[in-house]
Amino acid sequence: MREILLKLEGLTKAYPGVVANSGVDLAIQKGEVHALLGENGAGKSTLVKTIYGLVAPDAGHMTFEGKPFRPADPRAARAVGIAMVFQHFSLFEALTVVENIALGMEHPPTMRALATQIKAVSQTYGLPLDPQRIVGDLSAGERQRVEIIRCLLQDPKLLIMDEPTSVLTPQEVRILFATLRQLRAQGTAILYISHKLEEIRALCDQATILRLGKVVANCDPQQVSAKEMAEMMVGSALQAPKKQTVTEQGAVALTLSQLSAPAPQAFGTPLRDINLTVRSGEVLGIGGVAGNGQEELVAALSGEMRVAANMIQLYGQAVGALPPNARRKLGLCAAPEDRNGHAAAPDLSLTENALMTADARMGLSRHGFINRPQARSFASAVIKRFDVRTPSTDILARALSGGNLQKFVIGREILQAPKVFVVNQPTWGVDAAAAAAIRQAILDLAEAGAAVICISHDLDELMEISDRFAALNGGRLSPPSPTASLSLDQIGLMLGGAHDMEVAHVKA
Amino acid sequence: MDINPVLLLAAVIVASTPILLAAIGELVVERAGVLNLGVEGMMITGAVCGYIAAHETSSATLGFAGAALGGAGVAALFAFLTLVLLTNQVATGLALTLFGLGLAAMVGQGYATTTVVSVPKLPIPGLSDIPGLGRIFFTHDAIVYLSIVLVLAVWGFLRFSRNGLILRAIGENHEAAHALGYHVRRVRFFALLFGGACAGLGGAYISLVRVPQWVDNITSGAGWIALAIVAFASWKPGRLVTGAYLFGGVTALQLNIQATGLAIPVEYLSMSPYIATILVLVLLSGGRAPGSLGKTFHASR
Repeated sequence: MREILLKLEGLTKAYPGVVANSGVDLAIQKGEVHALLGENGAGKSTLVKTIYGLVAPDAGHMTFEGKPFRPADPRAARAVGIAMVFQHFSLFEALTVVENIALGMEHPPTMRALATQIKAVSQTYGLPLDPQRIVGDLSAGERQRVEIIRCLLQDPKLLIMDEPTSVLTPQEVRILFATLRQLRAQGTAILYISHKLEEIRALCDQATILRLGKVVANCDPQQVSAKEMAEMMVGSALQAPKKQTVTEQGAVALTLSQLSAPAPQAFGTPLRDINLTVRSGEVLGIGGVAGNGQEELVAALSGEMRVAANMIQLYGQAVGALPPNARRKLGLCAAPEDRNGHAAAPDLSLTENALMTADARMGLSRHGFINRPQARSFASAVIKRFDVRTPSTDILARALSGGNLQKFVIGREILQAPKVFVVNQPTWGVDAAAAAAIRQAILDLAEAGAAVICISHDLDELMEISDRFAALNGGRLSPPSPTASLSLDQIGLMLGGAHDMEVAHVKA
Repeated sequence: MDINPVLLLAAVIVASTPILLAAIGELVVERAGVLNLGVEGMMITGAVCGYIAAHETSSATLGFAGAALGGAGVAALFAFLTLVLLTNQVATGLALTLFGLGLAAMVGQGYATTTVVSVPKLPIPGLSDIPGLGRIFFTHDAIVYLSIVLVLAVWGFLRFSRNGLILRAIGENHEAAHALGYHVRRVRFFALLFGGACAGLGGAYISLVRVPQWVDNITSGAGWIALAIVAFASWKPGRLVTGAYLFGGVTALQLNIQATGLAIPVEYLSMSPYIATILVLVLLSGGRAPGSLGKTFHASR
C-alpha cells in the first residue's frame, strides 16, 4: 500500500439545526485521485472546507504526512501543500489573470516574473492562458485554468477540486483530465468532488460516498457501475424519466427571427442573429458553456429585455416588444436560472412568490387587490403537485432548500399551463431525485402540447429530455439537430469549444 | 472689475483642495468595497475639530492633526457599526452625516465670533519664482501640496503595491478574498480610517483656510460633491483630480463673475459648478463599480 498523505478521523461539524459532518473518516494516499461523492447537502463542501482551513471542526482530528494537522485558515493549509479549486470560482472579475494568481500566493514574485512563470506552467500542462487578460472577459473554461494554474504554482501535495467539470465542454473536460492524470503521475494527490458518476469512473482510483453527513460507503469506482454508486448516494433505487417518442409534428409555437440584442451589462454577452422555430409538443434543448448568452436569451424570451417586436413571434403574433406579464397572458412563461433572487424573491413567502408570476394567467388579484385565499390555494397546488417539502405556504422562499425551491419555481410556471415554456438550468444544484421529478414534469408538459425550450449546462440532461438540440456560443445559436442523431463529440464541437481547443497541446 | 487669470487659477486650487482631499479618501474606502455616505459628516466634524484645535493651541499644524483625528473618529464609529454590528451602509452613512452636522453645530457654538491662526504659505524655492506658473502652482500652503502627494500615493498604492492589490480584491469580491484568507474587515477598517482622516483634513481646509472662521454648516455639501466625484470618476485617481479641479474651477470662476457684476442672476451662477461637474463627469464616465461596493460582509461558514 502506498503512503497515506491525509487522514481524517471522526470529523464532526454541526451548524444550528443541521449536522453537516458526523464522524467522517477518510484517507487519501499520495498520487491517488480520490472521489468524494454525495447529494446536495450530504456534507461534501463542509468536509473540504475543513481540510482547507475555512471551517473549524467540532470534533475529530486530521493528520497530514503523519503529523497532526489543524489549519486555522487557508494560509495554513496552503503552507503545508494543500490547494483548492472552488466550485464557484473565487476570482476577481475586474482584475487581470496575473493579479488574480498573485492574490492566491503567500510570497508572489514581481508581476513580470509571475507572468513568465504562468506562461511556463500553462505550457507544461497544456492550459493556454494570457496573463494580462481581464478575468471578466474569459470563458468559464479559461477561468478554471486560472484557478488551476494558481494552485499548480504552489506545487501542491494535495489538490482539492470542487465540481470542476460542471461548466466545461466535453473537450475542455478531456484537457482537464489529461492535466489531472499528469499531476497524479507526478505524485500529487487529488480530492475530486463531483456528482457526475461517469467522470468519476473514468478518472478516480478510490471513492468515498457521503450521505447526510456520514460516510456510507467506500468503493473502487472502476469496479462498480454508475447506477450502483448513484443508489449508494441517494440510498434508494432511482427511476429515469420516461420519454415518449414524438410521432407527429405540432404547430409552430414560437419563432425567433434574427433575434439580436446588445449585452445588457458589463461582462454580458450580446445575442447575435438567432433564428429558431419551436413546435408545440417538442422539447428543444439548448446547451452551451456558461456565459455564452444563456441568461440574455432567457431575458429576451421572458420579456425582461425588450427587443424589436418581430424578432419573437408567439403563434404568429409579434411579442418581442411586450413586457413579461403581457407575454404570460399570451401563454409564454419563463423560469430563469438563479432561483434565489431572480426566479424567486427570497424574503417573500411562497404564496407571494406564486402570486408574482401567476397573477397574469391565474387571476389571483382583482382591481389591484390581492385575492389571498386564491393565491394561497394556487401555491398549495404547486406544493402538492410537485412534492415541495415545506411546512406551509407562508414560509419564506429562502428557508427552502435549493432543490425544493427549484421544484416550486418550475411547478409554479408549469401549473399555469403555458403554451411555450422557457426554462434555464432546471436542475442546477438539485439532487438526483428532485432533478428526475423536474425533468419528468417538463416532459409531461410537452406531451400535453406545450413547446418547451430547456437551456442547460448539463449535457446528459439535455440528451435525456430534448427532441432537438442546439448550442449557444458567443451569443449565436447553432441550427438545431435531432438529439438522437448526435454524438457527444459532435455536441462538443457545436458548443464551440473548437476555437478554444486548437492551442491546447497536452504533453503526455 | 477684471478677472486676473493667475489669481483665478490659484484660487481654483484653493477651492478644489477640500473636495480633492475628501474624494481621495472616499476613493480608497470605495475601492475596498465600502460605501460611506457619511463623508459630509466626517468633513464637518473635521472642520470643527480643526478649528477648535487651531484656535486653542494657536497652531495650524495641530489644527489639521485634530481635524484628521476627528474625521477618523467618526469613520471608526462608522466602521464599528457597519463592519462589526453589520448595519446597512447607506443608512449608517446618512445617519452619521446628520450626526456630524449636529455635533459640529453644538461644539462649535462658542467659536462663531472668534478668529484663528492663519495657515502660512510655503512657496517652493526656485519653482515659485516662475512667472505666472509659480504663483498658480507653487505658492500654496502645505495642505495643498499634501493633497497632490496623497493622490499620487493612492494611485501608486492601488496600482503597484501588494497591499493595494489586496484592497482592490476585497472591494471586488469580498467572499473570494475571504476564501483566500485575506482579512476583509481589517482592511476595510483601515481604509475607513484613512478616508475619515482625509475627509477631516478637507473639512478643516474649509474652516481654517478658505473661510477662515467658524460658521454653521460650513462644508455646505462639499462631502456630497466629493462622493459624487468618486463615482463619476469611475473610481480612478486621475479622473478624480479632473473632477475636483473642475468643480473648484467653476466655483472660483462664478465667484469672480459675480464680483464683476455681470447681469446673470446669482442663483444661476451658484448652480453652475454642480451642473458643470455632473455634465463633464457623465461624459467621461463608463467605469465599473467595485463588485462588492456597499454589500455587507458576513464571514459565514
